[in-house]
Amino acid sequence: MSDDELDLSSLSDEDLVKQMHEDLYDGLNNEIEVGVRLLLERGWTPFRVLTEALVEGMRIVGIDFRDGILFVPEVLLCANAMKAGMAILKPLLAATGAPRMGKMVIGTVKGDIHDIGKNLVSMMMEGAGFEVIDIGINNPVEKYLAAIEQHQPDILGMSALLTTTMPYMKVVIDTLKEKGMRHDYIVLVGGAPVNEAFAEAVGADAYCRDAAVAVETAKKLLAGRQGSAHAH
Amino acid sequence: MDEATTARDPGSSEAPPSRALVIACGALANEVLALRVGERSAFDVTCLPANLHNRPARIPEAMRAKIRAAREHYDRIFCLYGDCGTGGELDRVLAEEQVERIEGAHCYAFFTGLDDFETLADAEPTTFYLTDFLTRHFDKLVITGLGLDRHPQLLSLYFGNYTRLLYLAQTDDADLDRRAEAAAARLGLRYERRYTGLGPLGAFFAKHDIGGA
Repeated sequence: MSDDELDLSSLSDEDLVKQMHEDLYDGLNNEIEVGVRLLLERGWTPFRVLTEALVEGMRIVGIDFRDGILFVPEVLLCANAMKAGMAILKPLLAATGAPRMGKMVIGTVKGDIHDIGKNLVSMMMEGAGFEVIDIGINNPVEKYLAAIEQHQPDILGMSALLTTTMPYMKVVIDTLKEKGMRHDYIVLVGGAPVNEAFAEAVGADAYCRDAAVAVETAKKLLAGRQGSAHAH
Repeated sequence: MDEATTARDPGSSEAPPSRALVIACGALANEVLALRVGERSAFDVTCLPANLHNRPARIPEAMRAKIRAAREHYDRIFCLYGDCGTGGELDRVLAEEQVERIEGAHCYAFFTGLDDFETLADAEPTTFYLTDFLTRHFDKLVITGLGLDRHPQLLSLYFGNYTRLLYLAQTDDADLDRRAEAAAARLGLRYERRYTGLGPLGAFFAKHDIGGA
């Protein structure tokens, strides 16, 4: 270690978490891994490390992306750093009884292979405590239905980058309607050409413009649904 | 080409009122100019910057501003753009401004034809397309634009799902062919080339009797 290199272990918990937010912002995988291990050694639960150090760091990244301060390459580097931290935490989360928010099946629609946004949403949903079943790219309706049947999620997420592929979201939603399954699931849609009007037109529950909004929307709609179930 | 304006400046008072104006994506500037050759080329051309493609949400209002700046100088204005990832917003603005757009969601389809492009996309959705313009500016728009010059480790995140690079060539140019092939190698993709010429782009101009094939 050089003289001007920061010794993370010398920082207080509060300063270490702040430093991790900065390291996440700079996409420094190794520093994030060291920080995660230090907090665990200090007795933090995996869930607390995840939410306060990693998810909060990505929330700051998300705000700066929205405001045009960070761009896609930088956000991808931040996401890689978060992934490095999550790789340590993931096996520990289930073992330590971390709260589960709900379950989501997510994939890009048929004809669309662009998965950067979908992968960011998956990661942030996992970070927020959701179980995510990622069915990958280029999914025909049959694959969505099979995943829904197998995993019984609370939420179905669909993503598209292309104007030519985004109408396929309606095919999936209409099929759910035909089968009488539409109201069993919260349907969230997103992707660069998608907007609120489109989401409403195809019959989705909400449009999510980025990963942070997806998490907030999922929490809100799920809470509303659970509240409504309790009221009956 | 950024913010390319050819022939007359559409905002200039020298433009006669009887001419047509084509507002194109900068990525199509060379091809549109190629169609201006000859007596039937009764149109001016102005372009929006090609790099708006990386920020498509800005295209509709940029187009509206161009249209409004030019309106009083031209009887007819045409839009030469794909939907370009605006999710229908561009068409909504064009409908409000009563300006017609060439048909097609992607500019690649202007060269291949709509049906052929759909067939291509269906047959191999994992295809990354280049045109003459994109080949010429590959380093700036793709490598630098996506940050791959600074962060080469992101390559697999951007292109990991692609299998083929298809160069849709508007011209027979050995140098561009070589550069497109090198681009494919850099992205780790199988290379194919298909000559399209200007395709239906010329037909659009002919249909509106403002030049072209």
